[in-house]
Amino acid sequence: MQKLVIIGAGMASGRTLEHITDASADAFEITLFNAEPRGNYNRIMLSPVLSGERTYDEIVTHDDDWYAARNIRTRFGEKVIWVDRKRKLVMGENGEVSYDKLIIATGSTPFIIPVPGHDLPGVIGYRDLEDTNAMIDAAAQASASAVVIGGGLLGLEAAAGLRMRGMEVTVLHNDGHLMNRQLDEAAGYLLQNDLEKRGITVMTSANTKQIVGDGKVEQVRLEDGTEIPANIVLMTAGIRPSVLVGQEAGLKVGRAIEVDDQMRTSDPDIFAVGECVEFEANLFGLVAPLYDQAKVLANTLLGVEDSFKLRELSTKLKVTGCDLFSAGDFAEGEGREDIVFRDPKRRVYKRLIVENDRLIGAVMYGDTADSNWFFGLIKDGTNIEEMRETLIFGPAYQDGSATTVDPLAAVAALPLEAEICGCNGVCKGDITQAIEAGAHTLDDVRAKTKASASCGTCTGLVEQVLAFSLGDGFQVTAEKPVCKCTDLTHEDVRRLIKARELKTQPAVWQELAWKTPNGCPSCRPAINYYLLADWPLEYQDDLQSRFVNERNHANIQKNGTYSVVPRMWGGMTTADELIAIATAAKRFDATIKVTGGQRIDLLGIKKDDLPLIWKDLNSAGMVSGHAYTKGLRTVKTCVGTDWCRFGTQDSTGLGIKLEKKLWGSWTPHKLKLAVSGCPRNCSEATCKDIGIICVDSGYQISVGGAAGMDLRQTEALVDVATEGEVDEWVTAFVQLYRENGKYLDRVYKWVAKVGLEWVKEELANPQTRIDLIDRFALSQSVYQTDPWADHVSNRANQYEPLADLTMEAVT
Amino acid sequence: MNWTDIGELAAVPIRGSRIVKTQAGCIAIFRTSETEVFATSNTCAHKGGPLNEGIVHDKKITCPLHNWVFSLETGEAQGADEGRIATYPVKVENDRLLLDIDALATATA
Ligand code: SRM
Ligand SMILES: Cc1cc2nc3c(=O)[nH]c(=O)nc-3n(C[C@H](O)[C@H](O)[C@H](O)COP(=O)(O)OP(=O)(O)OC[C@H]3O[C@@H](n4cnc5c(N)ncnc54)[C@H](O)[C@@H]3O)c2cc1C
Ligand code: SF4
Ligand code: FES
Repeated sequence: MQKLVIIGAGMASGRTLEHITDASADAFEITLFNAEPRGNYNRIMLSPVLSGERTYDEIVTHDDDWYAARNIRTRFGEKVIWVDRKRKLVMGENGEVSYDKLIIATGSTPFIIPVPGHDLPGVIGYRDLEDTNAMIDAAAQASASAVVIGGGLLGLEAAAGLRMRGMEVTVLHNDGHLMNRQLDEAAGYLLQNDLEKRGITVMTSANTKQIVGDGKVEQVRLEDGTEIPANIVLMTAGIRPSVLVGQEAGLKVGRAIEVDDQMRTSDPDIFAVGECVEFEANLFGLVAPLYDQAKVLANTLLGVEDSFKLRELSTKLKVTGCDLFSAGDFAEGEGREDIVFRDPKRRVYKRLIVENDRLIGAVMYGDTADSNWFFGLIKDGTNIEEMRETLIFGPAYQDGSATTVDPLAAVAALPLEAEICGCNGVCKGDITQAIEAGAHTLDDVRAKTKASASCGTCTGLVEQVLAFSLGDGFQVTAEKPVCKCTDLTHEDVRRLIKARELKTQPAVWQELAWKTPNGCPSCRPAINYYLLADWPLEYQDDLQSRFVNERNHANIQKNGTYSVVPRMWGGMTTADELIAIATAAKRFDATIKVTGGQRIDLLGIKKDDLPLIWKDLNSAGMVSGHAYTKGLRTVKTCVGTDWCRFGTQDSTGLGIKLEKKLWGSWTPHKLKLAVSGCPRNCSEATCKDIGIICVDSGYQISVGGAAGMDLRQTEALVDVATEGEVDEWVTAFVQLYRENGKYLDRVYKWVAKVGLEWVKEELANPQTRIDLIDRFALSQSVYQTDPWADHVSNRANQYEPLADLTMEAVT
Repeated sequence: MNWTDIGELAAVPIRGSRIVKTQAGCIAIFRTSETEVFATSNTCAHKGGPLNEGIVHDKKITCPLHNWVFSLETGEAQGADEGRIATYPVKVENDRLLLDIDALATATA
């Protein structure tokens, strides 16, 4: 009988053994080594063991009787040290054994990120029963907390399990969304949401700097300085194939032990199977392909022709209540098309990726009932041309009974008891009754039935009910949607962002049922603004959603160069500043122009030079003038009491104070102020967004002026006696505009919409003013920083070309 | 085909763009998602605007100067505008970006 020795009793070798012994009881004399002190168990079910939904005994696949019945000599708890290929010997810790055929099935080990402190007691990987028990023990201690590094499949299962055992759990993930290898942003967002609802803290784009502790883990410190207390730190940031035995035996090893399609290594008598192998440059991390390998390997050893082929993989997360599914290739790509379905109320997201009339990938969250059907279509490469229109609705729609989807016909076909507005439980019958009783507009229906009066996502449906009930008698609402990506208006979106606490762009796209994968140039800057204005601390400003000027913090010119305008507080400057500006202008060959905003413009700067000129201006004490922003531009002033014989107050000083207070803040559109020292109004205050005229008795504040495409005079807001009150009213007014204005509405347009009376009423309440000022200050604590300095130190490389191939020989 | 390494994928922000200087002029590398990239001429077919500075959405780019929109897949201007920008083969391998520089030669020839 041939001697077969196997190193590693894991999922791959376990399946191989089943095939071999099932086919032939006495083909081999088998010896099985395992470093773990036990035989094969269902490793993937460790997560339910961790969460307490299963016990270890329930997941054992091969017990002692199983091995005994098959005459397999087991050497468990004994690690293999070395393989002597010349003498065909395997050395275990307790002695050697000879082989005719050898299988290496050593699996892999968790990758421990080598940050300082990674070797402290309390840092664990997640691979075997020992790890699982260590976590269970840690969770048993009172008020224990865990930090999980790595928000992939393993990390999230661990996090959910630990949380179910009562631990405080924080997941740190370095990418922008969870499970980024399996999920796109929208699904990642829903998943994060569900985990947070269980009380798990999720931090994305989080980079661990250090694990801190005296003799054992105490806390985790991030790059940005955040410190999170932890009794244990779980490293689930990836796995590394265990190749040592193969490597030392001199087998061919790339990223793992290389095998051919019969699972043979570079030595014809040695085979490898499982996560320790590399096949055609592929590594493995899920069991499905390993089971295929196991079958091929068993056949090969038994002399049956077979060959291993790569196949499509799918992923599910074993966290009860988080239904997700991902399969195939979900990256966007040339010639690929997305079919997206979102149902915000049911928290469902489905995306199919189609290429050449074939389904090549699928991502689903919330409703995965049809996932197997889709996975089948992917694996079989089925031509889906015929069912393309209804594909996303799953197999139930494919029997030919569902005809073309005319929305009005669909609504007409709904029974009267069908629910239209989920938030308020309004069914179709309620709405048709209201319509019969005279409600002929959306607002009427809202007022009578409350339909679409909460989250607003059913507005379209309500309108369809109106349209089919009234025919031509109904006209769809006048207020235009934000853009083609949604039917909601700016006002709806702003309201919903606040009411439903939407704090990321994917959250907005998903919850408000965006029709495009990631918005368009119209909505992206608007949503970015709304999010940063409403959630200054939580939301991360997205440069890719900003127009070039705000992304590059300079004004793009028609020839692709930029103009640079340093801030000149209240229009005041000094000789030193002027010298620095002149020197910079010379160095970068700029055209110099005095702007209409009381400062100096340096034009014609090349993109590569931007960080350099900013650095020069920064070191002379100047910061960006934000001459490119939907944000505070300038506060123009006149000379006031300092010099002017008519000046009544220190208009220059007040202007500088206001500019120093407000600079850096983002607003729905640009914001310009001016302070004039007397009613002669030399700083043109009465055509600014906010104008202040100094008079003997104090200050007249007026708002809503314009001197651009529209010409308007400001209207009086309030008269106050002191500079302090000017500061209070102006700041509160700016914040009110920031919180309520529609993106790209200048102040005068916004005031016209909400009414100056409403603005006055709001601001008349001292407490309201204080609250607004507090929220403004909070936002400024994040955003009042000089973007130039920031980009010079953190993003300078983005201003350079990615590569220069001009020297490359092109054949 | 002559696949030339032009840098790491991570150097291009998602929904962002970087340029590569070549003998055939500036090429814009667009990253439309985690793993999807496109390469096109960086010069707008309208009045030469720098496309890498535009907003990337879906598989399209909107020029920063006058808002023409181009498909990154075909290079065709979208909507009512008429024009086309050159597109080039680019791919991601092991988190590196590879550009087919032979295609640049044919494009200029
Ligand atoms: C540089 C400057 C002209 C100058 O050389 O003086 C200027 C230049 C531009 N203005 Fe202006 N405006 C400049 C003062 C003004 C003024 C006068 C003022 O602020 O006192 C106005 C009228 C007052 C007002 O805003 O109501 C003005 C009303 C506009 C408008 C019309 C806005 C409106 O709501 O109707 C636009 C278009 C827009 O913003 O959408 C505009 C847009 C522009 C843009 C940004 C056009 C663009 O999108 O590229 C110009 C950039 C030129 C460039 O390439 O750098 N500019 N612009 C002035 C910079 C002031 C500064 O120091 O920051
Ligand atoms: C918690 C968890 C959840 C998972 N969930 C899923 C899932 O839902 N779906 C999925 O498809 N996959 C999942 N996986 C991955 C799956 O478990 C692995 O792909 C699979 O176990 C790999 O099988 P293997 O035989 O290659 O390695 P393993 O099962 O790791 O077996 C290798 C064995 O070799 C032993 N060994 C190593 N070196 C030596 C040596 N020198 N001498 C002796 N013995 C040695 C090890 O101790 C180990 O017991 C999960 C993994 C974990 C840890
Ligand atoms: S007036 Fe017109 S041309 Fe002149 S700077 Fe303003 S936007 Fe440009
Ligand atoms: S130059 Fe691109 S749109 Fe005009």
